[in-house]
Amino acid sequence: MNIPHKSVPIADLHREPLRHLLTALADDHLILGHRHSEWTGLGPILEEDIAFSSIAQDQMGHALGFYTLLHEHLGAPDPDIHAFTRQETEFSCCQLVEWPIGDYDFSLTRHLFFDLAAGLRMETLSLSSFKPLAQLATKIRGEVKYHMFHAKTMVNQLGNSNDETARARMQTAINRQFGLALGMFEPRLGEQILDDAQIAPIESKWRERWLEALNAVLDGSGLHIPDPDRIEPVYGGRNGYHTEYLQPLLNEMTEVFRLDPQAEW
Amino acid sequence: MVSPAHEPTGVPLNAHKDQVDAIWEALRSVMDPEIPVLSVVDLGIITGVELSPEKSVIVRMTPTFAGCPAIRLMEKQVGEAVEQLGYQHVQVETDFSVAWNSNRISDRGREIIRDFGLAPPPKHNGEPDLDRLQHTECPYCASANTTLKTPFGPTLCRSMHYCFDCLQAFEQFKPV
Repeated sequence: MNIPHKSVPIADLHREPLRHLLTALADDHLILGHRHSEWTGLGPILEEDIAFSSIAQDQMGHALGFYTLLHEHLGAPDPDIHAFTRQETEFSCCQLVEWPIGDYDFSLTRHLFFDLAAGLRMETLSLSSFKPLAQLATKIRGEVKYHMFHAKTMVNQLGNSNDETARARMQTAINRQFGLALGMFEPRLGEQILDDAQIAPIESKWRERWLEALNAVLDGSGLHIPDPDRIEPVYGGRNGYHTEYLQPLLNEMTEVFRLDPQAEW
Repeated sequence: MVSPAHEPTGVPLNAHKDQVDAIWEALRSVMDPEIPVLSVVDLGIITGVELSPEKSVIVRMTPTFAGCPAIRLMEKQVGEAVEQLGYQHVQVETDFSVAWNSNRISDRGREIIRDFGLAPPPKHNGEPDLDRLQHTECPYCASANTTLKTPFGPTLCRSMHYCFDCLQAFEQFKPV
């Protein structure tokens, strides 16, 4: 995308917390987008192959949007350089998005968990006092609606399936990654400062709304979430602590880029 | 040539209206590569044309989808179309300051989309009702006895449907 210089003034106090927020959003979308793209050609049915590939493509666009804000307003490198040349410990994605795609039930559940959170985040951020973020969030919000529409439809179909195995597999997928999902809401450095400035809420507010919304989505699906107070959230990702799965993924993602970082495509 | 009704910020101070109109007209020759009969103007992704007294041109665009892979190609073609009018300083800027939604597609664009074999997106009041996708009107036989197969399709902006009356699979340009 053609990037004109149009940075808006940001108070010094807000710069670091905003950098943490935008990097977390960008990295989450980049990594999960890449994971979803691994379903291309492998979906259990053609429609799901296309759905995951399309969602992946959307998420690459969203990641580009966040990296572009970092570049334009906070002095980060060009989006491609930023996305493809950092070390593992410099990534601040949550661990949920790093895990391999596993079976379809795992990927579908992760897609539900993540896009439900993304939709809520974009809804709030579309009102952010940091205007460039509000504009981007407004754009992304309309796209995530389709992601959620898809996730809800599939989760309901499988949850209400006459095939007991399908239902059981979905419930197991939910139970298995619930701690990872709660890790999406790991507190960010300086989050209270952004909350005070009405740039973005603290993560615990998003977590609360997500839990409510998730219960509403699963209502009638025959599926349920574990008691969130009895599940340990998997934290660390926001501070650069990752699973064993991230580095191999980064190696693969950047393999072509590293051949010639200056190449014109 | 009259500029499209949805063009919000087309005419800056001191510019000659007919020259700006000529630029809009030239942009009608640039097609969406995914629907090659639909111009970027009818698609509604051109959000502004500015002509300075020094004859430099700024064309503002907004992508349909954030991950639209065609946007760079369209930027290039938009720039070339304006340069062909003889302007030497042409800048094409893409940003989200005006968010595209499917209501920005012109009435003429909707007809073109239908003739192309896609169901055009229904107009909405800011928030499309996705449940309506279940009964999208078939672009071939106009029946509403249809079903949504999947909200995703061969391009980011399309969903896939099936008509029970004419027994055809069809696609819709998604309401966003």
